[in-house]
Amino acid sequence: MEYMILINSDESVQAPEYGQPGFEEFMGSWMAYNQILIDGGHWVSGANLQPTPTATTLRRSPGAADTIVDGPYVETKEQFGGYYLISAENLDEAIELVKQMPIPSGALEIRPVAFRPDAA
Amino acid sequence: MTDPTVSEATIVSLAREESGRVIALLAHRFGDLDLADESVQDALLEALESWPINGIPSNPPAWLYTVARNKAIDRLRRAASARRRMLDSAHELTAEPWQEEPDMIVENSFVGDEQLRLLLLCCHPALDRNTQVALTLRLVGGLTTPEIAAAFLVPEATLAQRIVRAKRKIRDAGIPLNIPAHLDERVDALLDVLYLIFNEGYLSRGSGDSAIRVDLMDEAVRLTEQATELLPPNPEVLGLLAVELFGQSRVSTRLDRDGELILLDSQDRSRWDSESIARANRVLVSALAAMRPGPFQVQAMIAAHHANARTAADTDWSAIAALYSQLSAMTHSPIVEVNRAVAVAMADGPLAGLAVLDAVEGLDGYYLLHSTRGELLLRSLDHPAAVEAFRRARTLATNRAEKRHLDRRISETSQNNSRDLSI
Repeated sequence: MEYMILINSDESVQAPEYGQPGFEEFMGSWMAYNQILIDGGHWVSGANLQPTPTATTLRRSPGAADTIVDGPYVETKEQFGGYYLISAENLDEAIELVKQMPIPSGALEIRPVAFRPDAA
Repeated sequence: MTDPTVSEATIVSLAREESGRVIALLAHRFGDLDLADESVQDALLEALESWPINGIPSNPPAWLYTVARNKAIDRLRRAASARRRMLDSAHELTAEPWQEEPDMIVENSFVGDEQLRLLLLCCHPALDRNTQVALTLRLVGGLTTPEIAAAFLVPEATLAQRIVRAKRKIRDAGIPLNIPAHLDERVDALLDVLYLIFNEGYLSRGSGDSAIRVDLMDEAVRLTEQATELLPPNPEVLGLLAVELFGQSRVSTRLDRDGELILLDSQDRSRWDSESIARANRVLVSALAAMRPGPFQVQAMIAAHHANARTAADTDWSAIAALYSQLSAMTHSPIVEVNRAVAVAMADGPLAGLAVLDAVEGLDGYYLLHSTRGELLLRSLDHPAAVEAFRRARTLATNRAEKRHLDRRISETSQNNSRDLSI
């Protein structure tokens, strides 16, 4: 099965940038995590998003013209900031993989993929 | 010719005893929990029609299994969308369905593993607690949706919806029917679910129309006994079973004829079920022999002190207070601290108990905290403060018997209070 892991965390918590102290450890832990997914045959895809101030939402209602809104779909304490698309035997395996994610805090939503046209 | 001895009750009890096992087995074979459940329900309906005419089969569980399996195959054949699943279970379809005698259904040890998987699946952390409870009673306990809805006083449609949604999530999210890697965590969840079912039965006794409600205490005991058989040896499961048996032994003395609550110290101990207590003692001793203490075992030890005290005055409150300290350290639960306050008050006086209560944090909305404070204030002869605490408890209580009990305490305490003033 495939699972989408939606990473929601407080985007105001700054990750260390390139050249800053702690960057190596920070980046290293994520690279190591990606490698775990790749080595285990779980990796499908993944991305880190620009923060919510860059978000634009198109709102569509039946019978009305589309409206474009500056900002994310919902304003929350934690923001949707990235995702992994993984392949796992079942939900238990997906949970185990998500538990290993090197994120200090946040809410990681696990959603089974119903259909993906570009799936192998 | 119809057999009048085959009543609906026979079939209901078959459903309770056997449907969990059969669902577990079929879910494992077909890899589809919903299909297994629906097919067993079909088979039970057929039993209702066929048994009064043809008599009870010689091996009812085997009959149930065979019929349910054939129903499952029928469903697979009918469902065009299930073609892929049909191919997966091709070996099932080619077998001669009526000739193969399912020996495994009489062989408990063989089915045990499938049953354990089903029991643990019902308590999967990806399902919320209410859903875990409903699924456990429905799939493992063999209760019907209306029975569970009535037992928990929720609308039948709500409960049916909850079960449908859960089965759908199990299928679509890929919740596996296996023995989990972290068995201990899942067992903890299972014990919490069973304890919740027991407590619901214990507390709701006497409220609502009990004639039509299944006895959730009996169901919890039955399921806990099943868990002791299915799980690898685990003293906490035995601890829970002991807690339940101790509770059950005094449930008939908990309310008076008018449905009023009777506190432990005023209950008629001669009416406590001594057989149940003896059995609980034996179960507890076997749990403690493992030398792996846990919260349910400590709770059972506390219950044992009460159950084995000849009179309320014989209760060893210092020992109970010490056990509550242990329980508190294990669970970090403020509710345990409220109970400890009572034990400390009995051992060392109401002021010592009030000191424990005053240190409790985060329970201001919990009626038992206030009713307990009321009782302890009353014992320390502070009537106005006691009435105040009982009133606060009364606004927070939800159970009818508890509300009436608090009303009585308020009026008794107020009368005492005004008498004191008149002196």
